[in-house]
Amino acid sequence: MKNLSLEEKEREFQAKIDADQKIEPNDWMPDEYRKTLIRQISQHAHSEIVGMLPEGNWITRAPNLRRKAVLLAKVQDEAGHGLYLYSAAETLGSDREKTIDDLNAGIAKYSSIFNYPTVTWADMGTIGWLVDGAAIMNQVPLCRCSYGPYARAMVRVCKEESFHQRQGFEIVMKLAQGTPEQKALAQESLNRWWWPALMMFGPNDANSKHTAQSMKWKIKRETNDELRQKFVDITVPQAEMIGLTIPDADLKWNEERQSYDFGAINWDEFMNVVQGNGPCNKERIAARREAKENGLWVREAANAFAEKRKARQAS
Amino acid sequence: MNREQALFEYTLRIADDSLILGHRVSEWCGHGPILEEDIAMTNIALDLVGQATNFLEYAAKVDGKGKTADDLAFLRYDRDYRNALLVEQKNGHFGDTMARQFFFDVFRKLFFEGLTKSTDETLAAIAEKSLKETKYHLKHSSEWVIRLGDGTEESHQKIQESINNLWRFTEELFFSNDVDTMLLESGIAVDLNALYPLWKSQVAHVLAEATLEIPSGTFQQKGGRTGFHSEHLGYLLAEMQYMQRAYPGMEW
Ligand SMILES: [Fe+2]
Ligand SMILES: [Fe+2]
Repeated sequence: MKNLSLEEKEREFQAKIDADQKIEPNDWMPDEYRKTLIRQISQHAHSEIVGMLPEGNWITRAPNLRRKAVLLAKVQDEAGHGLYLYSAAETLGSDREKTIDDLNAGIAKYSSIFNYPTVTWADMGTIGWLVDGAAIMNQVPLCRCSYGPYARAMVRVCKEESFHQRQGFEIVMKLAQGTPEQKALAQESLNRWWWPALMMFGPNDANSKHTAQSMKWKIKRETNDELRQKFVDITVPQAEMIGLTIPDADLKWNEERQSYDFGAINWDEFMNVVQGNGPCNKERIAARREAKENGLWVREAANAFAEKRKARQAS
Repeated sequence: MNREQALFEYTLRIADDSLILGHRVSEWCGHGPILEEDIAMTNIALDLVGQATNFLEYAAKVDGKGKTADDLAFLRYDRDYRNALLVEQKNGHFGDTMARQFFFDVFRKLFFEGLTKSTDETLAAIAEKSLKETKYHLKHSSEWVIRLGDGTEESHQKIQESINNLWRFTEELFFSNDVDTMLLESGIAVDLNALYPLWKSQVAHVLAEATLEIPSGTFQQKGGRTGFHSEHLGYLLAEMQYMQRAYPGMEW
């Protein structure tokens, strides 16, 4: 490898990807590939961690013991996802605590869906159903991502996400089949989360700046619009099945495309939330920052203790 | 008081300790000092909620009034909860939470070891399962007490303060009254008087390793086991019972 020119290395690298071979941590890779992956994986990790907050918000108020246990287990899974993903990013040379600092400084991005508030119990159902549902849509193709550690992390993550999606749907279904108050809770929650869920797939393909290169590198395997369409096609019949109405007057089945047509997304709202002006952006970052700052003395103590122990063992 | 009433009361004490502490620990979710601790504490909360469910299901059965575990968890009044004062104390900082957990875990491990030998088969079986979890919780909390005690000067001072502040709630864990007397006779209950010296020596052992001092001359608070709680419990229950109170009689 040593004697190859940069172009030759890049050609070999691309050939490997084209042949569906995995790139592993010690393999040569273009700087841009590394950077793009670090950005994508750490954003994904941050999303898992920030995502714990809106759901954690209802653990102490879960309506019964079973729901409480299931919600705790779900939020614990999300923390686990964050952990594997930070580890996957570390195989590319990124440092977990540094990337967390970027998140806390408001530099790094995370999924903007988590900047919406969870104001009713129904939101625990809707998030599982739609948000974990959309996450699966996005992540299943990533199980075939060209970067080995990321692809392998995604296989594990996707299994758990589909479990979350089913549990979320079950919560919503129970509400939809419940009393008029419960049905209203479910519908009102769907009204709030539907459009933000569609925004989770990112800008339309025409406006997505990273898509083409990422597709070529097989870091991304389907476009934003393709994934969004799949999500709509799967989710609409689920809503119908439990008697809820998707809040989109333009939604209708297109016989010719064998797919649903749906209304235009409010991209101004999306950009506004991405830029930090969503209803909970400030609160989410503040909570993460507070956790890190309040935990500083604890981490320092753990390090100091580990040093002392090492010194004692050495002497 | 007949045997059923005593058994109901006794089972509630165990269940409520798990339920209320599980609630407190779950408040940490997403706010831990490091990601690994978020995972560990969520796991502990999950274990405790699971234990509460098992013991409450049994309590409901013993009670025989057609109530469910959820009815008992979410629809009792403050004075009907039987948890020790220790577990309803606020989380405070991480050291406060670990000190509370450590005192409780040492007690719980000894208690469950005893309860596995109970002549009541259901209690013995739940204790067996819970004991495995408790051993892990105790390992976790004692390691943190040692790390914080023998960490930095700041952490040493903080955790010593936590130990001092919470010490006044420890003796109540060994509270017993006629409920215990009645159930001890039939071999159902655990002899708490016998456990107390063991608790003290095990706590002393860990505190010594942590270079921490055992508080002395602290007045001991009591009340939780008989329904006289601190001001904190009302707020905790207001939160925990919110859905059941706001939407009465619905299924979720
Ligand atoms: Fe996740
Ligand atoms: Fe999930």
